Amino acid sequence: MRVVRLIERSFDPNAEIAPFAHALPQSGGIASFVGKVRPGGGVEALELSHYELLTLPGMEALADSALARFELDGLLILHRVGEMRPTEPIVLVAAAARHRRDAIQAIDFAMDHLKSDAWFWKREKRADGWHWIEPREQDHADLSRWSA
Amino acid sequence: MAVKLVFLGKLADLAGAPEKDVAGPLDWPGLLDALHGALGEAAQGGKVKLALNGRVLADKAALSAEDGDEIALLPPVSGG
Repeated sequence: MRVVRLIERSFDPNAEIAPFAHALPQSGGIASFVGKVRPGGGVEALELSHYELLTLPGMEALADSALARFELDGLLILHRVGEMRPTEPIVLVAAAARHRRDAIQAIDFAMDHLKSDAWFWKREKRADGWHWIEPREQDHADLSRWSA
Repeated sequence: MAVKLVFLGKLADLAGAPEKDVAGPLDWPGLLDALHGALGEAAQGGKVKLALNGRVLADKAALSAEDGDEIALLPPVSGG
């Protein structure tokens, strides 16, 4: 089972995990990660833009490579686009597997790729206006963990 | 018909709009002619990639677009 979607409005991760888990009753475990807009730092809003022809196809390819790499029953990747407020969810990754380690590692793998290798552009609104966010070196270092 | 240029991230700010139509056919020198000032300089930078109809080009200089094609100018991604 593979579910990959871009979401344009605020969403409730728990309401998405429940049907995913329900659809996979035979799985021994389900791991999930929710990334949120971090409060503080003077950030009033975050905006993620994407490119129709690359972003979703890239996320689908990422899901396929996670499904090929780990022993999974299912993988769910939901990612927000558009404008978000602090504390709102940005991303949900859930993985169902017979054994926990595959589920947990698949989420770590998917998140490292989403953070550094997915087609998203991010800007933050602070008191003095909008600022584009540049790539972070740490995200590229995180990604390199999986290329060995 | 024309070639549609799509500007992502901060390139949309430099372009003043997220999209622009230009007359085709369009190769790499032709694209640079269609981009002015800071936008043209950014497009030439090593970190900006080009996609033609959703396929990222390994070599920007190999660009060859016809009317009806879509070229995206992609600055480095900042992550989800």
